[in-house]
Amino acid sequence: MNATSHPTGGSAAGPSGADAGEAGARGSALLTNAVGLHARPSVKLTQLAKSFAAAIEVGLGAEGPWVDAKSPVKIMRVKAGKGTVLHFRAEGPDAAAAVAALVALVERRFDEEESGHGDAP
Amino acid sequence: MTAGNVGIVIVSHSPKVAEGAADMVRQMVGAAVPLAWAGGNAEGGLGTDVAAIMAAIDAAWSEAGVAVLVDLGGAETNSEMAVEMMEEGRRDRIVVCNAPIVEGAVIAATEASGGSPLDVVRRTAEELSPV
Repeated sequence: MNATSHPTGGSAAGPSGADAGEAGARGSALLTNAVGLHARPSVKLTQLAKSFAAAIEVGLGAEGPWVDAKSPVKIMRVKAGKGTVLHFRAEGPDAAAAVAALVALVERRFDEEESGHGDAP
Repeated sequence: MTAGNVGIVIVSHSPKVAEGAADMVRQMVGAAVPLAWAGGNAEGGLGTDVAAIMAAIDAAWSEAGVAVLVDLGGAETNSEMAVEMMEEGRRDRIVVCNAPIVEGAVIAATEASGGSPLDVVRRTAEELSPV
C-alpha cells in the first residue's frame, strides 16, 4: 500500500496517463478474502468510495483499465477473485484519504469474517 | 442520515420474494435507506395489490423520492397505478425502475445510500438491464 499524496497546485497540464497524477493519489491492495470482490464487498467498496469527494477509480492492473469506484454496477462487474491486486487512483481534495481508506477496507477483507473454513494464508 | 436518501420499494407477486429481496438490501446495504416491500394480492395469494404498493411507498417515503423495483407484468402495471394514485406532490418523485428486482433493489439501495438523487438511483439500477 502506497498512497502517495502530492501537494496541490502546479497543475502542469500533464496528459492523464500512466504516471501518478498531480493532485491525486494511488494505492493498491491484494484481495485476500476467499470470495474476492463479490456482491457484498462491492457494495461496501462503492459505499466507502461515495463518502469521498474525490473521483476514484479501481483497476485490475496498475495501467487499468479503470472503472468508477462509485458505481456499484461497474464494480460488481469487475468480478475480481482472491489473489487479485486491486489498484486505486483518485483525483480531488481528499484523494489521499480516499485511497488510504479503500486500501484499508480491502486489507481488512471488507470486515467479513472468514468463519471456519478458508485456507487463509 | 436516512432522511435525505432515496427510498426503495420492492414489489413482487410473491410476498416471500419481496421480503427476501428486502432482507438482502438490509443486510448488504444497511439501514441508511428507507425500505419497504409489497407482495401478494389482497387475498394473500400470488399477485400484487395497488393499495399495498401505495402503503409501501408511503412507508419508504423520502423527500428525495422513492425508487420502485418490480418483478413481472402486473407488478409493474399495478405499481404504475399506485404511483398515479399517490398525491400530486409526490407522484413526480416516484419512479418504477426497469431493472431486475433483486439485483436492482440492492444496486439502487447502494446508490441511494451514498446520497445520490432519484434519477441517478434509477439510472444505476437500469444499468443492470441488458442493453
